Amino acid sequence: MTGTGSIGRRLTLLLAGVAAMLSVLSWWMVTGLARQAAERTQDNVLAASVTTIAETLRSEQGEVRLELPYSAFSMLGAISEDRVFYRVATGDTILTGYEDLPVPNEIVSSLGRVVFDTGEYSGEEVRMATVSRLVLAGAQPVPVNVTVAQTRGGVASISAELSQLAAFLSVAFFLVAVSLSAFAARTSLKPLNEIAAAVSRRGPSDLRPLRRAAPTELAPLLTSLNRLMDRLGQSIRSAEDFIAEAAHRIRTPLATVRAQAEIALRSASDDDQKQRLRQMIRAIDESSRSAGQLLDHATVIYRTDDLVRTPVMLSDLVSQTVSGLEPTASMKDIRLDVEALRAKAEVDPVLIENALRNVLDNAIKYSPPETVVKVAMAETNGEVRIAVTDQGPGLGEGPADQLTQRFQRGRNTQGIVGSGLGLTIAKDVLVAHGGRLELETLQGGTGTCATLVLPSS
Amino acid sequence: MRYLLVEDNLELAEAVVNRLALDGHAVDHAACLADAEDCLAAAQYDLILLDVMLPDGDGREFLARSRTRLETPVIVLTARSQVSDRVGALDQGADDYITKPFDFSELEARCRAVLRRRGGEARNEIHLGDAVFDPLAGTLRLGADSIDLRNREIRLLEVFARHKGQILSKSQLMDRLFSYDAEVTENAIEVYVGRLRRRIDGMGVRIETVRGLGYRMEN
Repeated sequence: MTGTGSIGRRLTLLLAGVAAMLSVLSWWMVTGLARQAAERTQDNVLAASVTTIAETLRSEQGEVRLELPYSAFSMLGAISEDRVFYRVATGDTILTGYEDLPVPNEIVSSLGRVVFDTGEYSGEEVRMATVSRLVLAGAQPVPVNVTVAQTRGGVASISAELSQLAAFLSVAFFLVAVSLSAFAARTSLKPLNEIAAAVSRRGPSDLRPLRRAAPTELAPLLTSLNRLMDRLGQSIRSAEDFIAEAAHRIRTPLATVRAQAEIALRSASDDDQKQRLRQMIRAIDESSRSAGQLLDHATVIYRTDDLVRTPVMLSDLVSQTVSGLEPTASMKDIRLDVEALRAKAEVDPVLIENALRNVLDNAIKYSPPETVVKVAMAETNGEVRIAVTDQGPGLGEGPADQLTQRFQRGRNTQGIVGSGLGLTIAKDVLVAHGGRLELETLQGGTGTCATLVLPSS
Repeated sequence: MRYLLVEDNLELAEAVVNRLALDGHAVDHAACLADAEDCLAAAQYDLILLDVMLPDGDGREFLARSRTRLETPVIVLTARSQVSDRVGALDQGADDYITKPFDFSELEARCRAVLRRRGGEARNEIHLGDAVFDPLAGTLRLGADSIDLRNREIRLLEVFARHKGQILSKSQLMDRLFSYDAEVTENAIEVYVGRLRRRIDGMGVRIETVRGLGYRMEN
């Protein structure tokens, strides 16, 4: 079915999109925070290192002296294997360390406070901490600047490591979120699927309203579905009523006319008049039969559209139909021979009975009196065959023409060889059941065999 | 045999009553369900012919209602569609079903079939000379011998037996014997009369030809 796509998929995609965004965001934040934390740690260690060095500054005989404590550098090594540079200077005079280490400019103004800066030294990015301290040199206190710098490779690798971990966690979060979204989508669509399943489980003519608890969001859908089924049921009933009513309206006056004609026939004395009345009765019979079969055909088309199948013992159906036609056959002293076989099929019994009755009716009608109409059943290759064989004139050119004339005045376009609506109905019923109607003239034109073929169950 | 016909269409009812009377049956006519109830309370019937659509109700509902206390076989008359109606009527306890407009020969055949199937104690044997004719069973008994007759022979013999001494024209016999959907010639009647003559040979009755008029059964 083409449509606007699956709600479930859309919901899952939407939730997965949100999860992806959240994952990327959290990764980005964690990475940023990790970097910041690493940098802050480096800064703290640099500050401690630079303060430790600054504390060893002293004045000795008017000169500034210092000892570079080992701990000041070892603590830096604790973070990483980065290179460390230092510089102790008074103004532009270097006391010790790397002369060309770039020193931040604002240090003088910030006496006693550690100042940080980032710069470049020997081709690498370095983080520098500088502290200024006043030391007495002679009588005058001079500011001494202590700077310690460290390359940032360690910080970068720590933050890269943390970022990788964050990325891994984000991906894991995303995957969990996606499967949870799919689960959530499925769970929230479950009531909808349940309703769909409940509808599709029903038989084609089951139009009772759906009575099941549904979430509030689905209540309007359920209500409209029930209303639709109600209307459908009404229209089916009214169509069936219409057909039954039409049959009644057409046949009742015909029955009256026929009765009158029979009374007239009995009291008529003139042979010519009698002949006319007989023809009139025959015409009435013909038209009532045509009307009946047209309406039957309508009902059949209607019912085959929406086949209600029930398991039927075909042998019982055949015996019943045959015994219903026995009086009709007896009027012509035709014997109905039945070889019933216990075979089952999933069919609409009313329709199959109608099809069989039409075929049998034809056989009886076109058989000469005092003959036999044989009904034989067989089951082969998953098919049940009900063969009706008569000793009539067969389906040859001439008689076939006659059949159409008799049976179907002016409506011989129905398609099946030599038959009118009766065989059309039979064929339609069988085709709707996945079967077929086979017609053949017996060898030497000694009768007709009409076989109803149905898939067995 | 006593029949009850429940039918609100008076012309049709009259024709049915007349036709069944020809076969020697007594037919009471009720035009509605209330009348039918009165008739059933007053008399015993061998067979009921019941229309489905009656002014004071649905015949099938009446049938379903009275089926428990009603032993009498019922044939439903209906003008409704066969496919949608047939199963319904039989389900409600009708013995058979005939669609209007119906052929009287077919109605007779169905009545006979139902009565025969139901067995019942109703017997209307007709004495013909030395033989006893049972039109329902279709047998003709002469002493210990019993002959089974064919359906058309039964009906022909019944017509002659019920109108002994009367002249019956070929055309009259034709209308009784054949339904109108088949084109029959008067020759066919001659064939059946000839056959029947051989059947009743030596039984003390005979069918005479009355030149130009028809046939007559005499002792």
